[in-house]
Amino acid sequence: MSERIREKLAILADAAKYDISCSSSGSTRKNDNKGLGDTGNGICHTYTEDGRCVSLLKILLTNFCIYDCAYCVTRKSNDIRRAAFTVQEVVDLTINFYRRNYIEGLFLSSGIFKNADYTMERLVSVAKKLRTEHKFNGYIHLKSIPGASDELMHEAGLYADRLSVNIELPTEAGLKLLAPDKDRKDMISPMTYLNNEILAKAEEKKVLRHAPLFAPAGQSTQMIIGATGESDKEIMYTAHRFYKAFNLKRVYYSGYVPVSQDRRLPGMGSAVPALRENRLYQTDWLMRFYGFHVEELLNDQDPHLDLEIDPKLSWAIRNLHHFPVDINTADLRLVLRVPGIGMQSAQKIVAARKFQKLNWENLRSIGVAINRAKYFIICKRSEYVHRDLTGTRIRQYILAESQSKFLKSSYTQLNLF
Amino acid sequence: MIILLYDHTWPGMLSAIFEAFDRKLTNCMIRRARAHMPSAFDQDIEVTTNTMKAARVITGLKKKLSADGFHQFYACFLSELHGIEDTLFAYTRLIFSSKDRVEQAFANAAVLRVSQVAKSVHREKHRMEAFVRFRLASDSLFFAEVEPDFNVLPLILNHFEKRYADQRWLIYDMKRNYGIYYDLEKVTEVTLQRTVGVKETAGIFHEEEPLYESLWNDYFKHVNIRERKNTKLHLQHVPRRYWKHLTEKNKL
Repeated sequence: MSERIREKLAILADAAKYDISCSSSGSTRKNDNKGLGDTGNGICHTYTEDGRCVSLLKILLTNFCIYDCAYCVTRKSNDIRRAAFTVQEVVDLTINFYRRNYIEGLFLSSGIFKNADYTMERLVSVAKKLRTEHKFNGYIHLKSIPGASDELMHEAGLYADRLSVNIELPTEAGLKLLAPDKDRKDMISPMTYLNNEILAKAEEKKVLRHAPLFAPAGQSTQMIIGATGESDKEIMYTAHRFYKAFNLKRVYYSGYVPVSQDRRLPGMGSAVPALRENRLYQTDWLMRFYGFHVEELLNDQDPHLDLEIDPKLSWAIRNLHHFPVDINTADLRLVLRVPGIGMQSAQKIVAARKFQKLNWENLRSIGVAINRAKYFIICKRSEYVHRDLTGTRIRQYILAESQSKFLKSSYTQLNLF
Repeated sequence: MIILLYDHTWPGMLSAIFEAFDRKLTNCMIRRARAHMPSAFDQDIEVTTNTMKAARVITGLKKKLSADGFHQFYACFLSELHGIEDTLFAYTRLIFSSKDRVEQAFANAAVLRVSQVAKSVHREKHRMEAFVRFRLASDSLFFAEVEPDFNVLPLILNHFEKRYADQRWLIYDMKRNYGIYYDLEKVTEVTLQRTVGVKETAGIFHEEEPLYESLWNDYFKHVNIRERKNTKLHLQHVPRRYWKHLTEKNKL
C-alpha cells in the first residue's frame, strides 16, 4: 500500500512541477472554527535544488490526458508512466503534510480525462472534502479546467482560495501551432466567469460582512516562454491585457524546459532561458508596483528587453531627460524610477528626508545600490559628477563595475557543447 | 565606564534602562550579567529587575513609538546580539529627547541599526515559521526541535497557536533549552529535563511517521527540475545551518 502511494506521488509530483505558481499569499481565510490551518502572507517552507520555493503540495490528480500539446510532458503521445490519485489519497496527503508544517496548502491540477466537467468535478470534490470534513483552513489553489461549466466553477470558487487557467503560450498563433486541440476561447470563458463572480462577491461583502468567501486570493495564469518565437513585447503586452481584463493577481512566465523531440520546439538539451525569464519578471514588477506603463518599457523601437542590464536601468538610459532626480525633494513616484533604488529604499528615503537632508553615506546605509543610482540622482552635497555622460557611457561604466549573477551559469552551459 | 548588569530578561533590561535614566548616566554600557567579564577599568553595577520600573519604560516607549516601532524595539532585544542594549539605550534617549516620532529618522545610526536588527530578527522568525518540522509522537503530540539564531519563540507563538489549533504541539529551542507547548487550550513555556536525547528513544514516534517523512522526501526530490539546478540560490534560501532539523535535508 505505502509503496504504491509513494510511486504515485513520485509520478504525479514530477508531472506537476512545470506549473510554476507557488504563491500561498493573498487569501483572507482565518482559522475561526478551531480547525486546522490559517492563511496569511504565505510561507516558503523549503526550496528545491533548482532554487524554487516549495510552499504548496503541488500535484496532478492524474497525468492521463486526452490532449497532445507539444510542450507538455503529459501529452497523450508521450510514452511515460501514468497514475491517478483517488480523492481520499490527496486529502490524506494534504492533511498529513500540513500538520507537520511541510506546506501551506494544496495546489491541485490535472490532466484532462474523459472531459472538462468530469475532471473539474474531481478537483472540486477534493477541495470540498478538505473544507467541510476536515475543517481545513489552509490554502487551496485549483486549476480551472478550460471548458468546465459555470456551475462547477462556482463551486470551485466557494472552496478554493485561488483559481488559475494557464493560457499556455503568449500568442494565439503559438497555441495553434503547438496545441491545435486547444482554443483560447475555452480558457478565457472560465476566467471571465470567475472575474465577474469575484467582483460581485466583493460587492456583496461590503454590505454583508459575513458573506461567504469566494476565491479570496483571486486568479492567476501562466505562459511558456521561449517555446515559440514571440518577442518580449508580445509577451508583456499579452500579460498586460490579462492583468487588465481579468484583474489577475499574477502572471507567471515559465522558461521552456525541453521535454520533447518535436521539430516545432527547441531541441532536447537546449538551455532553459532563465535570464530572459528573470528580465520578464522584472518588467512585470515595474508594471505592477513601480508605476511604469508597459509601453514605456517595450515598444516598436525596443521590442526586446536588454539581457545585460535590468529593464529599469535600460529605460533610464533611454530617457536621460528625466534625470537627475533630487533625492531630497522628488516625489516618491520619481524616486521609484531611479535605477538602483527599490521599493523599500524609496520608502525609507521619503520617510528619512523629513528629518534631515540625505547624503551619499545615508543613501548607502539605507540600502541604495549607489553604483547604479549615482548617475541619476543628486543629494545633499550635489556631487552629480557624471552630468555630461551619454547613455552609452553610463551603460559601459555600470557593466564594467558589476558582474552578472547569470554570467557563470551561461559559461558552464556553453561548456556543455 | 559604568556598566549596568541585568539578569538577561526583558523586564531586566528595561529596568537597566530606567536605572541609567534615573542616575542621569550618558556614558554607560548595559550588559547581561551572565555573559559579563569584569574589568579593572570599569565600574559594574548590578540592576535588580523591577517590573514597575520596566512597565514605566514600556508605557513611555509606547507613547512615543508606533505599534510597529515598539515591536521592533522588542525584536532587537530578542536578537541577543552583543551590545544591542547600548543601541537600544541610545535609541531610547533619542526617543525621549525628541518631540516628534523619530523611528523613521534613518540617517541616525541608532534608528537605522534598530530597524536593521529588527529586520534580521523578523527574517529568523519567518524562517522558523517555515522550517519547523513536526514529527508525530505515539502519544499524538507533534514535536519539533529548532536552533534559531535569535530567540524567536516568543514571536512565533501566535502563528502556531492560530494555525495548529486542533493538535497538541511542542516546539523546543535546543540552543536555549526551553520550548513552547500547546495543549489545545493555551500555549505555555516549558523546560525539559533532557537525560536521554529524543532521537535515541525508540518507539516514541507514531507508526505512520516514517511513511509521511519518506513521502515528503520523495516529494521534495521529484518537484525539483534538474535542468534548472541552481545551488547558489538553493543555499541562499536554505542555509546549511538549518539542515539538521529539516526532514528533507538531513537524510542526505
